[in-house]
Amino acid sequence: MGAELLNISGLSKAYPGVIANDTVSFSIREGEVHALLGENGAGKSTLVKMIYGLVKPDSGTMALRGQPFAPSEPRAARASGVAMVFQHFSLFDALSVAENVALGMETPPRMRDLAHRIREVSESYGLPLDPYRIVGDLSAGERQRVEIIRCLLQDPRLLIMDEPTSVLTPQEVEILFATLRKLTSEGVAILYISHKLDEIRTLCDHATILRLGRNVGTCVPSETTAREMAEMMVGSAFEQPESAGRDPGQVTLDVTGLSLASPGAFGTSLRNIHFTVRKGEILGIGGVAGNGQDELLAALSGEIRSQADAITLDGRPIGRHGPAERRAMGLLTAPEERLGHAAAPDMTLTENALMTAAQREGLVRHGFLRWAAAEGFARRIIEAFDVRTPGPDNAARSLSGGNLQKFVIGREVLQRPDVLVVNQPTWGVDAAAAAAIRQALLDLAANGTAVLCISQDLDELMEISDRFGALNEGRLSEIRPARGLTVEEIGLMMGGAHGMEVAHV
Amino acid sequence: MDLASISPVLLLASLMVAATPILLAALGELVVERSGVLNLGVEGMMITGAICGFAAAVETGSPFAGFVAAALGGAVLSLLFAGLTQVALANQVASGLALTLFGLGLSALMGQGYVGVKPPPTPRLDIPVLGDIPILGPILFGHDVMVYVGLGLCAAIWAMLKYTRAGLVLRAVGENHDAAHALGYKVVRVRVMAILFGGACAGLGGAYISLIRVPQWTEGMTAGAGWIALALVVFASWKAGRVLLGAWLFGGVTVLQLNLQAAGVAIPVEYLSMSPYLITILVLVIMSADRSRAPGSLGRIFHATG
Repeated sequence: MGAELLNISGLSKAYPGVIANDTVSFSIREGEVHALLGENGAGKSTLVKMIYGLVKPDSGTMALRGQPFAPSEPRAARASGVAMVFQHFSLFDALSVAENVALGMETPPRMRDLAHRIREVSESYGLPLDPYRIVGDLSAGERQRVEIIRCLLQDPRLLIMDEPTSVLTPQEVEILFATLRKLTSEGVAILYISHKLDEIRTLCDHATILRLGRNVGTCVPSETTAREMAEMMVGSAFEQPESAGRDPGQVTLDVTGLSLASPGAFGTSLRNIHFTVRKGEILGIGGVAGNGQDELLAALSGEIRSQADAITLDGRPIGRHGPAERRAMGLLTAPEERLGHAAAPDMTLTENALMTAAQREGLVRHGFLRWAAAEGFARRIIEAFDVRTPGPDNAARSLSGGNLQKFVIGREVLQRPDVLVVNQPTWGVDAAAAAAIRQALLDLAANGTAVLCISQDLDELMEISDRFGALNEGRLSEIRPARGLTVEEIGLMMGGAHGMEVAHV
Repeated sequence: MDLASISPVLLLASLMVAATPILLAALGELVVERSGVLNLGVEGMMITGAICGFAAAVETGSPFAGFVAAALGGAVLSLLFAGLTQVALANQVASGLALTLFGLGLSALMGQGYVGVKPPPTPRLDIPVLGDIPILGPILFGHDVMVYVGLGLCAAIWAMLKYTRAGLVLRAVGENHDAAHALGYKVVRVRVMAILFGGACAGLGGAYISLIRVPQWTEGMTAGAGWIALALVVFASWKAGRVLLGAWLFGGVTVLQLNLQAAGVAIPVEYLSMSPYLITILVLVIMSADRSRAPGSLGRIFHATG
């Protein structure tokens, strides 16, 4: 490990009402992989945005190789050798790979030369890419390669990666890590943000832990357990979800030969999907984002209709039923996107509670809303799921991601579903809230509900599901008992490494 | 009825003239929409350009000064839209509609002293050898300079969007303004410049009507050309070449139906008058059935969050 590359001292940034960063200090050496840990809202994103020149710090200083470093815009940061791979891809769907790469460079060469260089660099790092393909048609893993190649072509000294593995299969993660190790051997420093503590333990040399905008400690990940790191992030111990052990009952949800064309231009069509869910069991469905998860949820919720007998509930065909009819029959769903799909951002929690629970909780009588009952139901959710909010009159938008997610899941759980389908139940949720949500799903199954959990978090699926299957390009793999599955087997079920190869080190 | 009185050569020649105003306005709007902004004020900017150009040409006696003033007038009016939508973050649809109403009123006010006045004539280009080619000469090479400005602009915009860095940045801003911002591009600056360009083009299109096509000033003389230009951009799938095609088609059917009316064809005049709108939209709808789609951020308000 080389000389000190970046030194951050006393960096602070406040937004109206929140202090995002409060006198944060740490330093990164050349050739080091440095992890930045913290719950949602701990201030990690704000911190890296300051390093990348997107946000100006209120106070504090940064130094790059001993020289004062205060980038006024990303262009300046890039010129100093800082590159960033974003959590939400900063890619342009309608443009080609080469055009996307050119947009991230200061003085791009001519298109033809650039395409040539993209081929060259991508192959030498084991991330093959066709420069002329349209980005909207690429898989999530390939899109990330575009982002990484865009950074590599600028010969960065510091590479910032914000949650890079959340969309990758285990095999793709391995290849990514090999690429990163090759980079560090060339002296590049990497600032790595992730929620996946096991990954951090295998990859990172040092870790800085943030809580509520403050630097609360450092550790050497390889010498610290994942649980210790999680507790440093949260600031206290928390309960791990526990399965009560249960006997699955009879089949209640039966999907046979479900095929659907995707409604979106860049979506994935479902191809001949078969599975059953029994009462009291949790079926976990894994897979990299964009392989048909959203379409499967829409088909089960009734947002997209299918052939009548492709989906049966307790033997009755429901493929042509709409969402309200399915809810009445006991099939409830909680989609992935909190703001916009699972909840209406500008409506209050009471109104949001009404929207899915009107029928089952009797919140409507003769076409009139029963506001008192609706508010009571919203209060019950807030209480039972420990949703941190001043009250049910607050807009859904005002809640933090984790709290709104608890509300959205709680709203369905409290309606006593016979079948519950959830998509990404703990996406972007901190460790303690995620544990609470998983426990709620386990408790629900213990009481005889059939639960279908679609998620990209493999650790979560292994923790709660009884059986496991994976979606890959709209097809569902064979369903296998979750117990005893190895990471390699899961990776292969998810479609392997999508044509990647290990870096030619 | 005398169909023989319709001369194909004259028809094609006047098609180029009839297509020019909507071509100019649509090209401007194409650039605006490619940057992710929906400006429904094209009609208002056209009519403002029409009166600005008319007044300037009458006062100075130079049609050239008229076109410059028209471009400026359209751009200044569009600056109002840019301020509302890019700085005050107002709704683009409402702001654009308001801009059209405002432009119609403003132009009527400005034009009060110009009703019945004749503008100075715009000279036709006399291209020596090319103009003398039989058939092709009068169709292609006997027009005023603005016809060629429109064609040149079309080619320039196509090339700019496809081959230049500026065009790539413009498309990127329109496709995903959050990502463009994250990469450090100045979303608001790019969009304001695109809006100003769109305003100038719409102004030129309006002045073409008042100085060359008609040529006189009457209130509301653009008569919906701005709306046709807007529709053209959408149905042309945001592609410059197809905008040209659509403008020619619209101009062609307009000229043809006027000729048919004059020849006394036994179709009610109302049907003939609506035919350019119907046929243009029908053809472009069929053409836009391919995969092309609107810019990803079109009409969405951009608010930079730290």
